[in-house]
Amino acid sequence: MTAAATSVKPRSVGRFRLGTLERRNLKWGLLFISPWAFGFIALGVFPILYTFFLSLTRYTGFRSPTLIGFNNYTTMWNDPDFWKAAYNTLYYTVLAVPIGVVVAMLLAIAMNQKVREVAIYRAIFYLPSILPVFAISFVFVVLLNPGYGLVNLLLTTAGLPSPNWLGDPAYTKLALVMIAQLGAGQWALVFLAGLRGIPIELYESAEIDGAGAFRRFRSITLPLMTPVILYDIIIGLSFGLQVFTSAYILTGGATRGGAGPDNSLLTYVFYLYQQAFQFGSMGYAAALSVVLFLASVILAMAVFRWARGWVFYGGEEA
Amino acid sequence: MATTEAARPIAVATTPHRRTRWRHVLTGSVVPRVILIVSCLVFLAPFYWMVVSALKTNTELAQFPPSLIPGAWAFNNFPDAINYIPFGLYTFNSLVITVGATIGAVLSNTLVAYGFSRIQWPGRNALFYLCVATIFLPYPVILVALFDIFGRLPSFGIQGAKSWVDTFLPLIVPAFFGNPFYIFLMRQFMLGIPKELSDAAKVDGASELQTFWRVILPLTRPAVIVVLILAAVAAWNEFLLPLLYLQSNDKYPLAVGLIFFTSEHDVSYNLLMAASTLIVLPVVIIFLVAQRFFIEGITVGGVKG
Repeated sequence: MTAAATSVKPRSVGRFRLGTLERRNLKWGLLFISPWAFGFIALGVFPILYTFFLSLTRYTGFRSPTLIGFNNYTTMWNDPDFWKAAYNTLYYTVLAVPIGVVVAMLLAIAMNQKVREVAIYRAIFYLPSILPVFAISFVFVVLLNPGYGLVNLLLTTAGLPSPNWLGDPAYTKLALVMIAQLGAGQWALVFLAGLRGIPIELYESAEIDGAGAFRRFRSITLPLMTPVILYDIIIGLSFGLQVFTSAYILTGGATRGGAGPDNSLLTYVFYLYQQAFQFGSMGYAAALSVVLFLASVILAMAVFRWARGWVFYGGEEA
Repeated sequence: MATTEAARPIAVATTPHRRTRWRHVLTGSVVPRVILIVSCLVFLAPFYWMVVSALKTNTELAQFPPSLIPGAWAFNNFPDAINYIPFGLYTFNSLVITVGATIGAVLSNTLVAYGFSRIQWPGRNALFYLCVATIFLPYPVILVALFDIFGRLPSFGIQGAKSWVDTFLPLIVPAFFGNPFYIFLMRQFMLGIPKELSDAAKVDGASELQTFWRVILPLTRPAVIVVLILAAVAAWNEFLLPLLYLQSNDKYPLAVGLIFFTSEHDVSYNLLMAASTLIVLPVVIIFLVAQRFFIEGITVGGVKG
């Protein structure tokens, strides 16, 4: 059947009519992607629409939801914990993402020099990225302990003050940022792959023209790496807005309740989790979800728009 | 850059630029090495500290300054940790969830990637971009709705629950509907296989399914292994979803079971670290064995599943 179908030339009757081969391909194409298509609708589009609906209701998870209009949104506007959670999350993201880009870039450039044992560095930098966040966070509870932690031992040895990392609201989020940096190792590998893709001739001709190392970095390396940097920022933003596990573990999790000193570890998804699954306010949590959805779409679009000013696409743009 | 530096010694031989040469060695390999080795120590520190803390007695763990090597090696922390929580049961639960989710990921993502790369059909690219765009959306947005939906789906008595909540189903079944990142990764790989191979198979009378199964899938093996490993590690490491969906203690995977170590006033961090070490161990072993697949996986996309 198929052999015959391939040899028959598609009859282009009208502009929008499909030939036999095209119709056959469409059928098979859709069939192959159908698992994703079903999941996209059932586990993506529908839940998002359902979230919009739930956000307009009072709903505990039992009985049926009662429509209350935009009440959840006005409550949110006046809810200091919502603002606190939004502030904590943005504070974390704004610190963690740029630091992550700088760390990854620095490691990648160092690995791109004449170091033959680069495979060892790659393995070591990548390792923390595949370790479970919950386990790393538990280790940080020990590492950051003001009484016996390794971090404060190093700080006191260096003559620096030793903060109460998990007890002082001014430092708790910095602990989250530190944990996030362990994930910068995998980005260093992505950046390294990017650096290796830059044609050597560019550096050679720049050197002939008398450009120094810093100038070569600024005029060749950085512009050509901007697409990868943008990619890191976009993914980092999405992951930053959903930070939960590290904050949850650092506060002592389910057992101690609360979210760190002065709610300083109450991240947005942590608050969403509390509302939905500890306080049983599913309607309110749905409204929080809608705001998170809109915020991430708007922020991603803003980053893309901002990036137009600095991302270099090597003349591929028409 | 490497060739620029390689060309330099000739210049050095003719003109006495010893200083420049020395500076090049310094910036070219000494400074980077110092940065890299210090960074390696930082990146290894949490892992090292976990293992060392797992081997200390509770008194030694609470000492200041902390010892870098355990004074008395408390190996009994490991059996103690295993006995503190139902470790065997939790390992079994983790394995069931991991195996289920991994099978789902491998099956669905290979099929979907094939449809997005090896067949030319109208609308294909638009749908693919839509699929990739969903990578950027934070998953927690649909957490509340999904929980409610799964709470209404009948489980037909699986694991003694009325609905999907408090069963492994919400942790396994979604994997059977593809993951945009794995689809992207596999599609990139399949696009690299010459089109002529599929054409030849079809001329020989192979159907689309036969072409997928006999021609493309064997050639996609490296990408399948990448997805298999990444999906397995992601399922093993998952914390938030089992925390939400599983309510009976005896259904917890290891990730959630660790919570019990912190549930008392006096947390035995050495036991917690011992249990964490045991949970992390299989991941580290898989990483050491299959390192190149991990690195292939991220340099295509750059995120973990």
